Amino acid sequence: MLLRHTTADIKERKALTVNPAKTCQPIGAMYAALGIHGCLPHSHGSQGCYAYHRSTLTRHYKEPVMAATSAFTEGASVFGGQANLLQAIDNIFTVYEPEVIAVHTTCLSETIGDDIPQIVNKAKADGRIPEGKYVFHANTPSYVGSHVTGFASMTKAMVDYFAESGPRSRTINLIPGFVEPADMTEIRRLATEMGISAILFPDTARVLNGPLTGKYRMFPEGGVTIDQLRQSGASVGSIALGALASAPAGLAMDAKCKVPCAVLNLPIGLHDTDLFVDTLRRMAGVNVPETIDLERGQLVDAISDWHPYLYGKRVGLVGDPDQLLALSRFLTALDMRPVYLVTGSPAGKKFEEQLRETLADAGDDLRIAVPGDMFLFHQWIKERSVDLLMGNTYLKYIARDEDIPFVRCGFPILDRMGHSYFPTVGYRGALRLLEKMLDAVLDRKERDSSDIEFELVL
Amino acid sequence: MTSIPLLREREKQIHDKAGGAPFEMACDRHSLAGSVSQRACVFCGSRVVLYPIADALHLVHGPIGCAAYTWDIRGALSSGPQLHRMSFSTDLGEREVIFGGEKRLYKALTELIAAYRPKAAFVYSTCIVGIIGDDVAAVCRRVEKEQAIPVLPVHSEGFKGTKKDGYKAACDALFGLVGTGDTTDIAPVSINILGEFNIGGEAWLIRRYYEQMGVQVVSVLTGDGRVDDVRRAHGATLNVVQCSGAMTFLAEQMQARFGIPYIRASYFGLEDTAKALYDVAAHFSDHPDVRARTETLVREAVAAVMPELRRIRAVLEGKCAAVYVGGAFKVFSLIKALRLIGMRVVLAGSQTGNADDYAHMRALCDPDTVILDDANPLELSRFVVEKGADLFIGGVKERPIAYKLGLGFCDHNHERKTPLAGFEGMRNFAREVHLSVTSPVWEIVKQSSFKC
Repeated sequence: MLLRHTTADIKERKALTVNPAKTCQPIGAMYAALGIHGCLPHSHGSQGCYAYHRSTLTRHYKEPVMAATSAFTEGASVFGGQANLLQAIDNIFTVYEPEVIAVHTTCLSETIGDDIPQIVNKAKADGRIPEGKYVFHANTPSYVGSHVTGFASMTKAMVDYFAESGPRSRTINLIPGFVEPADMTEIRRLATEMGISAILFPDTARVLNGPLTGKYRMFPEGGVTIDQLRQSGASVGSIALGALASAPAGLAMDAKCKVPCAVLNLPIGLHDTDLFVDTLRRMAGVNVPETIDLERGQLVDAISDWHPYLYGKRVGLVGDPDQLLALSRFLTALDMRPVYLVTGSPAGKKFEEQLRETLADAGDDLRIAVPGDMFLFHQWIKERSVDLLMGNTYLKYIARDEDIPFVRCGFPILDRMGHSYFPTVGYRGALRLLEKMLDAVLDRKERDSSDIEFELVL
Repeated sequence: MTSIPLLREREKQIHDKAGGAPFEMACDRHSLAGSVSQRACVFCGSRVVLYPIADALHLVHGPIGCAAYTWDIRGALSSGPQLHRMSFSTDLGEREVIFGGEKRLYKALTELIAAYRPKAAFVYSTCIVGIIGDDVAAVCRRVEKEQAIPVLPVHSEGFKGTKKDGYKAACDALFGLVGTGDTTDIAPVSINILGEFNIGGEAWLIRRYYEQMGVQVVSVLTGDGRVDDVRRAHGATLNVVQCSGAMTFLAEQMQARFGIPYIRASYFGLEDTAKALYDVAAHFSDHPDVRARTETLVREAVAAVMPELRRIRAVLEGKCAAVYVGGAFKVFSLIKALRLIGMRVVLAGSQTGNADDYAHMRALCDPDTVILDDANPLELSRFVVEKGADLFIGGVKERPIAYKLGLGFCDHNHERKTPLAGFEGMRNFAREVHLSVTSPVWEIVKQSSFKC
């Protein structure tokens, strides 16, 4: 029992997080920045921050993850990090030659009060930024928000720095949220399938799920270009997927360039994908092609085929707010019962209300913690167990100790493959989620069956 | 000398022996701002050293990230308690950054100690704590008095130096425990094993060797560690220190205060493992039976693995390896271990080596070996290709780079899952290298394009 120390007896904790269900802002900013073509994320702080972020992202994606650091010393912490950042900008453009440097701050540089725009302006004035290259930034102190808000801030910074108004194009901006490269590809595919030209940002596809070619490229093929970001200000509309991760960028686009923005749930599951497709259709003024109808129909067919096996299953979920909301809607549509939900991200009262509304009929023991941690979640399970767990790899301790089937989803996944290549968004993504949940539930049913109950056809 | 752009400041951290330049390595310096170094910070160093102490409470005082990223990521195995695998954080917010985090720390510590009754508590300071000026030591002293267990501050603010300074901070904290335990049942022929963290169960292997030699192991610092063992470590008569110095600081402190001498050891490769055991036997030369048992052990253990190593050598003969790991000491051992299985090291480097280390490395290497200090991925990938390596040995961040280039890879850092130390470890190492270098996937890589 790895978590033998967890007791069912819940005490209020005010000063302590045990087994967190979040991490800090900078890693989200780094991930978002990797979704720009030719971009080197830069961590303005000490050397450990970016080493940890790179290691975590590397473990999750099994891909090289590039970033640079200001490598703060005691001196920088006393006198400010301006000299470090200036030197860094110099060195990076000399040696690594990225198109753009995306600076994010850390607890250290925020607390000593470094003014990044001022430093970047100085770098520009000093001629340290080569012609046609860019440096932009987001403030991501680690003691505020979570990895999701860090992602949101860096995505918003792309709008703040680059989007330009212009004569309206027919393009639609898609802001996919803190999802996997495969999800970004799927979101784009749905739009393409409908004949819509889209600018998707950030876009980590082919950056963090690139091919093996025998060559190492520090800046892989994928990513939204600065030109595209510039043009995004002239798009006919934006769809921001996920209120926490994407709305700030979408709304900033509206404010800055008067591009109207629809904020939707992540398109996970039937209804939220419907909503996404419908919004796309109306915004672009197109019809939904038969191919998408077919995908939808197949999903509905699979749900009807398999609904008796999932009906009434109690589910515990740990994850990021946008994912939790969409997943809850999907599970509810499958007649499952999401009863325990924890996110580490401080996503606010409104989010919690939305979640409670979605889950009003989920069960008599609905429990939600925003923010909470995995220790609390485990305590709930000790009081009354669930039939299925869904969340990142760290949930595996609870799954093992309490012997509960477990579907990995979210960030980070450190011990399985698939998330880089197979989406969980869209109708196809919903099929995959359905398959994974059924595999977990049915494998368990068969494991627990006696010889007599063990049947060929389920 | 090379086709990649180099920063002028970095030129002296790269030595390409084929270039014939005189050897003068600039090392032991802080990474340049803007570098894509593979290094980490002070906190990381402290966490690595103390984390394996399984019955202690490890509380990270800072924003959530530092605790989240170090939550159970090192396979430092424990045969008993698993408390070290939980993640405890004061999860500092804006409020504490403005008003200070001491109250929060006090509350967190008190709650945790009440809940878990650990044998001791380590409190890690992170960057922010150093800036907002929390008096962590004072809070620790107060809680120690109230709770009657050792509560040790670890001064591991990330920006206050390099990973090495983190080792030192950890050793300082450990030294607060050493000398406080009962040493009555400790034999004269006894040692502490320092700098061994029981990744993949390596400490268990090494401990078994010493026990077979008739040497009592008082404590392993810190693999499969227990607070009580640390407290009585001063009862041993010799410290055997592994690695480039993660724990040399502690050995030096123990020598100064308790008069315990120390020797260095490495357990990677047959040659170095045997040398380590013989060196310890030599220290106890007035116990000739120890020497005799060591000879038997080494003879039998080497005989047990040699046939397989020979078979593997026949396949790997002439292949080339690149070695880039944290500590220089490990590089020395790996060069020898690779030679034993027929492989040549064409690139060698470390994150934290000092001038002496690099001089020694140069002496060990072939004439055309490139030597790098604190390298970045561009340098690593270019030299690996230029030198025609077939294998890369490194850590988590290097693995996908090696694979992208179509090279075999062996993790010699905290993601190794089988013991690579000791005689059996050498066999495991050879198997892993063999498996990876000869994998059919690298042939597929060469023909992956449809254009040919």
